[in-house]
Amino acid sequence: MFAYIVRRLAVAIPTILILVVISFLLMYSAPGGPFNSERPLPPEVLANLEAKYGLDQPMWRQMISYVWGVVTQFDFGPSFQYTDRSVNDVIAQGFPVTLTYGLWSAFAALVVGVSLGVAAAVRQNSVLDYLAVGITIGAQALPNFVMAPILVLVFTLWLGWLPGGGWNGGQWEYVVMPVIALSTSYMASIARITRSSMLEVLNSNFIRTAQAKGLPMRRVILRHALKPALLPVLSYLGPAMVGMITGSVVVDIIFSTGGIGQFFVNSAFNRDYAVIMGITLLVGVLTITFNLLVDILYAWIDPKIRY
Amino acid sequence: MTFHSKLLATTAASVLVLSGAAFAESHAMTGPNGEALAETQEFTYRVLDEHSSLDPGIVEDVTGSEVVRDLFEGLYNDSKSGDTLEPGVALSHEVSEDGLTYTFTLREEAKWSNGDPVTAGDFVYAWRRAASPELASPYAWYMSLMSLENVDEVISGDALLEDLGVTAIDDYTLEVRLKEPLPYFPQMLTHATTFPVPQSVVEEHGDRWTRPENIVSNGAYVLEEHVPQERSVRVKNDMYWDAENTIVERVTALVINDENQALTRFLAGELDRTEVPAGQFPRLKEEHPEEAISFPRLCNYYYTFNLREDGPEAFKDQRVRQALALAVDRNVIVENVLAGGQSPAYTFTPAATANFEVPGVEMAAMTQEERNARAQELMAEAGYGEDNPLSFEMVYNTSDAHRSVAVAMSQMWNQTLGVETTLANMEWQTFLEARSNGDFELARGAWCGDYNEASTFLDLLQTSSGYNDAKYSNAEVDQLLADAKTAEDPNANYTQVEQIIAEEMPVIPIYHYAGVYMMDENLIPSWPVENVQQNWYSKDLYFVADE
Repeated sequence: MFAYIVRRLAVAIPTILILVVISFLLMYSAPGGPFNSERPLPPEVLANLEAKYGLDQPMWRQMISYVWGVVTQFDFGPSFQYTDRSVNDVIAQGFPVTLTYGLWSAFAALVVGVSLGVAAAVRQNSVLDYLAVGITIGAQALPNFVMAPILVLVFTLWLGWLPGGGWNGGQWEYVVMPVIALSTSYMASIARITRSSMLEVLNSNFIRTAQAKGLPMRRVILRHALKPALLPVLSYLGPAMVGMITGSVVVDIIFSTGGIGQFFVNSAFNRDYAVIMGITLLVGVLTITFNLLVDILYAWIDPKIRY
Repeated sequence: MTFHSKLLATTAASVLVLSGAAFAESHAMTGPNGEALAETQEFTYRVLDEHSSLDPGIVEDVTGSEVVRDLFEGLYNDSKSGDTLEPGVALSHEVSEDGLTYTFTLREEAKWSNGDPVTAGDFVYAWRRAASPELASPYAWYMSLMSLENVDEVISGDALLEDLGVTAIDDYTLEVRLKEPLPYFPQMLTHATTFPVPQSVVEEHGDRWTRPENIVSNGAYVLEEHVPQERSVRVKNDMYWDAENTIVERVTALVINDENQALTRFLAGELDRTEVPAGQFPRLKEEHPEEAISFPRLCNYYYTFNLREDGPEAFKDQRVRQALALAVDRNVIVENVLAGGQSPAYTFTPAATANFEVPGVEMAAMTQEERNARAQELMAEAGYGEDNPLSFEMVYNTSDAHRSVAVAMSQMWNQTLGVETTLANMEWQTFLEARSNGDFELARGAWCGDYNEASTFLDLLQTSSGYNDAKYSNAEVDQLLADAKTAEDPNANYTQVEQIIAEEMPVIPIYHYAGVYMMDENLIPSWPVENVQQNWYSKDLYFVADE
């Protein structure tokens, strides 16, 4: 197991380097640049700016000094767009926001999704099942860019219960709607996956054995069926977690949370190279970490898996 | 002591002395024109995007400049109407006979928020800094536009900072030397790039000096809180020389990218001001007549023909350009598509520009039927018709409003002239790149005046202008604009330039912008609606009491 983790981490390093190279190439092949604006800058002003940010260097040298800065000083460089902040500042400010509503979303999606899925599978073809399936299909079909404005309309404008956006340091009333908007479709996927894998597990021999031994249904499900049924959910959850905690552009934009998703999109529009790189790396590292965690959890849940 | 004093500070002092009694009376405070004021004086407004910077030397966007104008004060401020200047840190100035040397007398009571006096040296430091290669400000070009002595050499690093044409004669006398006379030089001094910065603070904190915990400023407000991409909060600066006349206590800018969300939040009472999305003004005006307002802005909206050597052949024919310009029914665009109080444009310069008299161009006087008939004649003369239809591509940057206008225009051309247009939208940076490389046939353009004078628009049509992506070139236009810089009455030149443009039609002016807002009805009385540049200052705002 330990050797496996070390091996996975060793593979992660070249993966991230490849990510850096590809991101650099894509970024620089996009038309425009961080200092393009409607009013073209005089050449001497542009030259000063490019010198300040090292953009006058050849790309391979920029790439090397970037990686060097990250590795030696954990310095992701300055933001080109927001001159008084570094990329580290941008991430330090935006990431806790998305992490907060992302973790709550993951929690909500998991609890509600698994409960719905299990309930539907256990009472297959009952009203409860149809209801659960109906809800999940509805939730999945309703994109969050439609749901989010509706939430604001209902809870802010009509009912006046919740503020229509902002973050305000993460007070609960500012977190509720982002969590609902973000978790719904994940919740639906989890419910669907749980339901089908639970059905499969419930039809397998060891469950029939457990029932034949006279164990109460409740115990059969919670003790014997749930753990194997959750394996597919787990492999779905790895990337889904990353998706949730690195935030959703839609949630950030509709609810003006100041989260990382908003920075990411704006930096792409503004060609703020350092911010694009910083957030891409963050997402990359998180993806690798969560995939590794999922694999470790797999081994823990399923004794048949050995590394 | 009078309880009806309009001076807040006086009232604040009376609160201390007379406690309860004065509290009751403080509600009776009045605005500058004797209006009863609301109890809470807090202004919350929506901004589209995070501001680029709060450093006066660096800030380049409109919303950032709004915050900077509150936090810092330059030599002059815009008056409410925007047509005249009001003393800021400078009380007055004198100009030398040759128009090259300006001597400013500064206000001695002006202070930084840490209590230090604001001196001429602060301006010298700020201006040198803004032009310095070390700061590499994207707005260094503004210093260049101000025509300061040696400014271009300083920006390129070929001259020392000390060579820049600005000197502190003493603490309260500032001398500025220009390389050429500039009639509108004083108007340029309301711009953020010219504001003073506190040398000691900048040197101590470097790039981080504009953080709320570090910043020292000399304007009517100080920065209390700043959460990037979410909010920034500024509160009244008690050190400001005119603090006793500053009524709004607290100003909050909320970043809300989505204008429809912002509108919902305005309607829910979370905001005092937000923009009205295109096309929604008539509905909102009907539902909220007291809160929906629209007023002219100093911006134009146009399409530009690519007139380069390698540009489309058809556009080299003046008749084609005229025909296309004539066949656009601007009234339909402003009334039905945008519907926000914009005005149809037949000249490049907006009518709202100070001292600018809109010249009588032929097209403006015609009815749309006459225009269409004339356009059809011109197209036929140019050899285009049913058997030989003109076709081209028009590009604009991605936006619902731009698309609607482009669709309307292409429909009009198709119906009147049988022209086939392909619409292409591009993401902003791609669009800028395509336009500056001349990689387009017909492209959208828009410009907001940097200062309230016609040359801020017309200079774009100069052969050498950096924004002249169409590469329009007319020696007469260039000469007229060059002469205007020193002319007694530059407006005669501007009129002539507009007439040449109306004839040669290198661009198709479509409309002139309007500021279209939903605004708290108690704020509207103090909002500077006549100020076409919308250089507003929170210190001049106030909320009147409910009636």
